[in-house]
Amino acid sequence: MQKITRDVLIDKASALLSDGTVSCVLGWKKGEFDYDVTPAVFTTHDELIKDFVFSDFCGANFSKYLVSKTKNIEGRILVFLKPCDTYSFNQLLTEHRFDREKVYAVGIPCEGMADISKVRAISGEGIASIDTSGDKMLVTTLYDDEPVEIAPCDFLAERCINCKSKKHVAFDELIGEDGDVIDSNRFDEVARLESLTPDERFAFWQNELSRCIRCNACRDACPACTCEKCVFDNPASGIENKSPANEFEEKLFHIIRAYHVAGRCTDCGECSRVCPQNIPLHLLNRKFIKDMNDFYGEYQAGAEVGMRAPLVDYTTEDLEPGEVFDRRDTDA
Amino acid sequence: MQRVGVFVCWCGSNIAGTVDVHAVAEALKNEPGVVFSTDYQYMCSQAGQDMIKAAVKEHNLTGIVVCSCSPRMHEATFRKTAAAAGLNPYMVEIANIREQCSWVHKDILTGTEKAIILGKAAVAKVNLNAPLTPGESPVTKRALVIGGGIAGIQTALDIADAGFEVDIVEKKPTIGGKMAQLDKTFPTLDCAACILTPKMVDVAQNEKIRIFSYSEVTDVKGFVGNFDVTIKKNARFVKEDICTGCGACVEKCPMKKIPNEFNLGMDNRTAIYIPFAQAVPKVATIDPNACNMLKKGKCGICAKVCTAGAIDYTQKDEYIEEKYGAIVVATGFNPISMDKFDEFAYSQSKDVITSLEFERLTNAAGPSAGKLLRPSDGKHPHTIVFVQCVGSRCEACAEKGKEYCSKICCMYTAKHAMLTRDKYPDTEVYVFYIDVRTPGKNFDEFYRRAVEEYGVKYIKGMVGKVTPEGDKLKVQASDLLSNKQLHIDADLVVLAAAIEPDKSARPLATMLTASMDTNDFFTEAHPKLRPVESPTAGVFLSGACQGPKDIPETVSQAGAAASKVIGLLAKDKLTGNPCVASSNELMCNGCSSCANVCPYGAITYADKEFRMPDRTTRIRRVAEVNPAVCQGCGACTVACPSGAMDLKGFANLQIMAEVDAICK
Repeated sequence: MQKITRDVLIDKASALLSDGTVSCVLGWKKGEFDYDVTPAVFTTHDELIKDFVFSDFCGANFSKYLVSKTKNIEGRILVFLKPCDTYSFNQLLTEHRFDREKVYAVGIPCEGMADISKVRAISGEGIASIDTSGDKMLVTTLYDDEPVEIAPCDFLAERCINCKSKKHVAFDELIGEDGDVIDSNRFDEVARLESLTPDERFAFWQNELSRCIRCNACRDACPACTCEKCVFDNPASGIENKSPANEFEEKLFHIIRAYHVAGRCTDCGECSRVCPQNIPLHLLNRKFIKDMNDFYGEYQAGAEVGMRAPLVDYTTEDLEPGEVFDRRDTDA
Repeated sequence: MQRVGVFVCWCGSNIAGTVDVHAVAEALKNEPGVVFSTDYQYMCSQAGQDMIKAAVKEHNLTGIVVCSCSPRMHEATFRKTAAAAGLNPYMVEIANIREQCSWVHKDILTGTEKAIILGKAAVAKVNLNAPLTPGESPVTKRALVIGGGIAGIQTALDIADAGFEVDIVEKKPTIGGKMAQLDKTFPTLDCAACILTPKMVDVAQNEKIRIFSYSEVTDVKGFVGNFDVTIKKNARFVKEDICTGCGACVEKCPMKKIPNEFNLGMDNRTAIYIPFAQAVPKVATIDPNACNMLKKGKCGICAKVCTAGAIDYTQKDEYIEEKYGAIVVATGFNPISMDKFDEFAYSQSKDVITSLEFERLTNAAGPSAGKLLRPSDGKHPHTIVFVQCVGSRCEACAEKGKEYCSKICCMYTAKHAMLTRDKYPDTEVYVFYIDVRTPGKNFDEFYRRAVEEYGVKYIKGMVGKVTPEGDKLKVQASDLLSNKQLHIDADLVVLAAAIEPDKSARPLATMLTASMDTNDFFTEAHPKLRPVESPTAGVFLSGACQGPKDIPETVSQAGAAASKVIGLLAKDKLTGNPCVASSNELMCNGCSSCANVCPYGAITYADKEFRMPDRTTRIRRVAEVNPAVCQGCGACTVACPSGAMDLKGFANLQIMAEVDAICK
């Protein structure tokens, strides 16, 4: 369904590799199945031909990989960035997390990426192959020779249905046409949760977070979680490996993480994409974003390099803490 | 493991009245690390301090917890005690069981319970305390005085007298402030200009004092002893060093219909002007909103008549950066706007005026050359009504006016009434008041003279309404003592408008990180014991910016502020606060969040080489804190996303230990 094809990207990457602009390419690599695409570094044309893919399953945001890759790779790195990835890219630059000079960013258009759990819910288990080249996705399972047809509205990931921007906010070169910032409905679900009673809301999160297995995938994929030493890995922090005192304490991990990335989260949705338990973690971050927008005016992290997030900025027009409570009362 | 001693103070009955101090000492004995625990009547007394010293020796204490009053009172005392006993002074923690406990609880059971919890928190913290050594910072031996009224002038003169350099920043074209606009001063009735202008001349002639007139402070960075201040010198389109103040330009300027702010708009001035004859500096200023040359590029007469060649239409605002060791705020006051007081018809009749306008009307340099004439028709007023407390002492919930007493109005109104009766005995003078408040040396005698010798009619009660009718002002008022309604046909009504801090004070307070009260008066460090210091180190308060004041009080406060400044500037080095931030380089991401929020510019970044676990080296951008500049506010520790930034003496782990101890 993507408008841009694998071949166009390979041609672009090969050209930049051969003229010496870049020394390697950060791209998506074919996995065992058509849907388990992983990020990988390619250094030659042959490697690209062999393993590079571009399909509806290339959701991975490469921005975070630049933090480590720019430090241990010689020369410049070619990175393909979808519009939403460019916000994380800028946010990391704002935080001086990698050297811009070491990156050659190619902006690519995106038609939205697929959520494999939605695909599976329609096709059933045992997916043998997926063809994403047409308007509809064709899924063939082990149990049926006839492929199942799935329309985009049925397989698109939630973050793509509520896409916030088709505009690239950072790139060295653009393939295809640039889009616009979209007036999305991404806060609707947050508003729904806000309208619940505290007990209902607690029950909602208790239910969702009860599935958490603390695999740390959300943290490891999050482009805002790039600390040299995560507090959850730091014996000196006093909370590493702390045994939970009650059944909810473990879940505070997600709330602490949401606080840590507040003001820096670009709402890229990687946390929910990588969660093996399908917990809608992005809703926690969106609640913070919605509140900040309401309290301090619209703010999109990563829209520009060098922006000051409202939580670490002060202006004399800032809302007084007391007003936050007043406003909460009038909202309710 | 620390060996902690706990000392519970009774503070006479201040604490022991609502806290069972023996029980507190007993309970804290069982806390981790505590090897000794006792209570005593007055821990801060010599005997109490000796008790602490003896216990340190006897029990080999490494940490001390004193359960007593606020650390703002006696933390320094107990730190010195610890140092005398051979401990690092920063191994002392105070549990505030007086202000935060005994004084707010009435029940001994709850008071004791809370005191024990606060004590446990302090023990938990002291267990994680480490010895700290303060650094030193140099002192820039120059003071900045913001505001050039009588408060600023007196402060500057006193500081300069001690041999230190002082700069005055005044936003108006001349120094002098409100006092320069006054006619006579109570209670001695000497002319304001006669006693103020010699001081203004002193300032101008003093080699230690520089005046930045028509200027304002736009940025303040740094800290006590080392402030970096940006001063914006507004373009006055006249070269200050060349202008002789001859006034030829003022005479010839064709734009003659500009309301004269020095006379509160009661007459006009020219586009190029000198506010008054004794202005300092005596330099002309062009009003860019009125000057034809600046607005339309046509005219240029002042440049033609200026024999000195001082006119410069191309002058730009100039920004000056200067270093100071101390800053004195002397931003003064203004009468409040009378817009919301429609009942007195201020906006309907020219003959309803404020007291400051009355000062100008009776001043020889004022719009009527000192003759008391009605602004509307220039006739002599024969009946004058003075209204006191216009906007002062309003109810807290009132939408207009101020809750506080403006303090100076009773005396100046008595002065106005007395002077009017003295010069024009045929004039009837009424004063409507809520109370007459005249404490102060020779003040009450002054007021009584107005009543008894000069026959001013003082009436207890408020004026309800003033209605202009023909050339009269119908004043409707109540006389509370005889319980009557009064109707007076007045020729002139004078409103004693409340005073409020200058509008420039609020943004200035933000720049200085100095605190203010709800009325925008600057807050003093202690209302009784440190009345001229702001809680922000190195920032001092002079005059009405701190609260309503008359001239004698302002001058004495100005001298007090100066003596505090001199005390600071006389030091060569300041002992810093060792409770500063420090960054754990191994955890720092180099994201700049901390540097962005640091109000003191104490954080810089450096690229440093690090050896990685795989034996490679990597260059990383990490934060570095300058301990001499850091003031220990802790903003960076909160902004740091990785927890690399921590505050010595208030480490995250210590705070968590306190919280844990409280929640246990």
